[in-house]
Amino acid sequence: MSDTADTKQMAYIAAQAADARVNLEIETEGMTLNIGPQHPATHGTLRIVVRLDGEQVISADPLMGYMHRGYEKLTEVRTYPQVTTLVNRIDWLGSFANEVPFILAAEQLMEVEAPPRAQWIRTALFEMSRIANVVLFLGDMGVQLGAVTPVFFAFRDREFILNQIEAVTGGRFHPNFDRIGGLKDDLPKGWIDETRGVLKRIRNFCDEIETLVVGNEIFQSRTRNIGVIPADIGLSYGLSGANIRSSGVDWDIRRDGGVGLVHNELDWKVWTHPDGDSFARFWVRLQEVRESCTMIEQILDGIPSGPVMAKVPRIIKVPAGEAYVETENPLGVMGYYVISKGDLTPFRVKIRSASFNNVSITPWLLKGVYVPDVISILASLYFILGDIDR
Amino acid sequence: MIQLSSPEETTEEEIEIPKRDDIREDLISKLKDDLGESLVATEIIAEVDVWARVTKEAWLETAQVLLTRYNMKYFNFLSAIDWLPSPFGRDMDAQVDQPEPVTPEEMTWGTTGGETRFQLLARVHDPENHLGISLKVDLEDTDLSIESWSSIYPGADWHEREVSEMFGITFLNHPNPVKLYLPGDFEGYPMRKDFALLARRIKPWPGIVDVEDMPGEESEEDEVDA
Amino acid sequence: MSVVLADLAYWQETTIRLLVGLIAVLLPAGTLVYLFLFKMMSFMQSRLGPMEAGPYGSLQLLAEVGKFLQKEDILPKAADRLIFKLAPFVVLISTFLLILVIPAGPDLWFIDVDTGIFLGLAVSSISVIGILMAGWASSSKYSLLGALRATGQLIAYELPMVLAVVGVIIQAGTLNVQEIVMAQATGEIFGFGGIGNPYVITQFVGFLIFLIAVQAELTQPPFDMPVAESELVTGYLTEYSGLRFLMFFIGEFATAAIFSALAATLFLGGWYVPGLEPTDNLFNVIGPIVLLGKMLLVAFFIFWFRFTYPRFREDQLQQLAWKVLIPLSLVNIVITGVLKVVF
Repeated sequence: MSDTADTKQMAYIAAQAADARVNLEIETEGMTLNIGPQHPATHGTLRIVVRLDGEQVISADPLMGYMHRGYEKLTEVRTYPQVTTLVNRIDWLGSFANEVPFILAAEQLMEVEAPPRAQWIRTALFEMSRIANVVLFLGDMGVQLGAVTPVFFAFRDREFILNQIEAVTGGRFHPNFDRIGGLKDDLPKGWIDETRGVLKRIRNFCDEIETLVVGNEIFQSRTRNIGVIPADIGLSYGLSGANIRSSGVDWDIRRDGGVGLVHNELDWKVWTHPDGDSFARFWVRLQEVRESCTMIEQILDGIPSGPVMAKVPRIIKVPAGEAYVETENPLGVMGYYVISKGDLTPFRVKIRSASFNNVSITPWLLKGVYVPDVISILASLYFILGDIDR
Repeated sequence: MIQLSSPEETTEEEIEIPKRDDIREDLISKLKDDLGESLVATEIIAEVDVWARVTKEAWLETAQVLLTRYNMKYFNFLSAIDWLPSPFGRDMDAQVDQPEPVTPEEMTWGTTGGETRFQLLARVHDPENHLGISLKVDLEDTDLSIESWSSIYPGADWHEREVSEMFGITFLNHPNPVKLYLPGDFEGYPMRKDFALLARRIKPWPGIVDVEDMPGEESEEDEVDA
Repeated sequence: MSVVLADLAYWQETTIRLLVGLIAVLLPAGTLVYLFLFKMMSFMQSRLGPMEAGPYGSLQLLAEVGKFLQKEDILPKAADRLIFKLAPFVVLISTFLLILVIPAGPDLWFIDVDTGIFLGLAVSSISVIGILMAGWASSSKYSLLGALRATGQLIAYELPMVLAVVGVIIQAGTLNVQEIVMAQATGEIFGFGGIGNPYVITQFVGFLIFLIAVQAELTQPPFDMPVAESELVTGYLTEYSGLRFLMFFIGEFATAAIFSALAATLFLGGWYVPGLEPTDNLFNVIGPIVLLGKMLLVAFFIFWFRFTYPRFREDQLQQLAWKVLIPLSLVNIVITGVLKVVF
């Protein structure tokens, strides 16, 4: 090896270490383990630099940005309808849900309200994206702990939900269906009955998971009392969604202060769990899937007729103003702070993504934890890299 | 006026009754008592949201007051706004990006106004009473630094790291002030308006692409030749 | 063997033994891989498994072997070359040595020593050294962590395995494996001699402990901390690729097959089926097939647990071994001894 190659290599290693703030010369205690960025467990390219003392963690430092696409800068040069395509790709498993808060914020600034039929269908697709997202989580948590079988059942049953979403929107993963003022299109014929059948399958899947995974003693001993998050600490870090509800905080934006969606006209329940450990997070999400099925069934029974799009101009210029709308997305609370100056394009969009806050608690949470538990805690927090990195 | 969607419904006469939002008015008046001079401007959109702008010196105190006395336990986000109009901007009626930077227009500000180019934007929330407030603070161009909120809201840690690398704002007393997203040797502050979006410099905006018809309507609105 | 081939020269006999030994190890391993790993696991997970290579994917094994054979031989730069290369062989040696003690018929045995089962259990623990060599020589933190976990686990689970077998030995009265099979064949259950006395009935607790310990010895889930895929990539195997990985792979499944055969021999009666005389020459023909069948039955359970349960954490694993299995097996020995004297 020539000298220049060696020095280059050393410089590269030094830069990587500086990124990780790992001091190569003075490693006095502990072994430094790099979990990721290519690793089967991290859902995407998350890199966690862990200092170990034997098998216990002294400090954990997540490093992200491998997938940073600069969405907030990109939205400044896209027209409002074009932003929807961009924003689909933040949380790619439940992607319809990403469009909704942005569209609602733009509608709030334009003072346009989508017609009732559009709102009901929006809510149905919103809940279906939640089911698609969380069903994968239910299977994936097993894989992180070593049970390889539930994830196949999860993928199998998720296909049916994706088929239904595709029947309406034309896209399985990136529907790009929401428009300012309503939806792009109406429901196809026969969709309502098909979806009822699919929901039955999802309920069966939930029951299967309950027997296979929740009831399994090994699963319980791996998740009970692991990664306990007290409610106050969770709130101060900005944890949201099922993560905070499983620490006992009874807060769900769908019920408390949601705009634009019709959850307040349905009869459903918010699930909480007092423990705050990994098991609680799994259990709350399982119940939420069931609850989503109930909600969609009620929606299918009660969709009003009418148009699916309000009268909005062809070229959308949103009047000047600022609006912040957040919704209860599958991963947590997602919000868009839209600043408009009356242009075709937004002036500034701040994307408040759920996983960013959810993962920010890991340095605090992972201290003193065993290495296998690191994986199970990360799995239970359930983040998507696109959501963290935007 | 709320536009009604269906033409079958009769249009009601719109009587403009200004809506009162007692909860938010209450919050603002109590905040005025607590912060006094530091509360520079407020704005309420009834039953929608409430904004407040405070002075830089009172930034930390505002957080403390909101957390302890107003039960705003939930930290939502912290970010920044660069009010400089983009020098690579686009004339509203033009179809493509200007090839050369244009003279920037006057700087204008949004809700609760402002005086400087950079403003911090933060939002906290009360999960029990379901009340949230957006906070803004001006940062002088000569001294882009402000105290860190991480001693009060630990979740502000990562948000402040992102803001500092994207906008170039320094946070004093931050426990871990290193870059979050960008690689270690990145130069520049990407989210500032005068930082060029390279993709747009290389390939100009294609212009307003011809959009499809709105479902089931003849468009009488202004059509732009694509 | 000794009866049929008494007239052959020594080198011819040795060659035949070598070939038969290889087949005896590789054939069950291959069957297990195809039947259970590819097909049964897939069906349990509601998918079909490999279907392209050959009818119903039966030649997938050949394809896999071919794939591994043509891969580049990568060694990590900082790896200790000699130990790195030796490690897979050490693991395989323990597997091949273990097959020696298992008889496949009244006259089909490799060696017939009076301490057969003792020899078998002793050589099976050589693989621990191989795993430690692999983990250390890879000079990677993941591998080292995996190897250390594996060593702790394997040593901890040797004891319940041995103690479970002790119960069988007490009941049979001998360490000779062939005679254990004979004892099961000719034994009686409370005077009823129809089906012999497979020790699974009287040594049910021992059988269960043996199965759990075997699961741990093979580092299969729920005891697969050393190769926890979602944590350590593949633990001590991380740096191995190509042919060396294939050797570990074969070793893992061959060991699974042989332990299942051992369990079948000790608890289910080995090559004997009730209804015939144990010394009948027919057994020399159908004995191996019977043994294969029983081995597949035991392996079925091993693999079924593998696909169903999540994995234990290291300390929970050790707790299970030391605090539950060992006391239980000691109690089993005491009761067996008492009952043996009484009856």
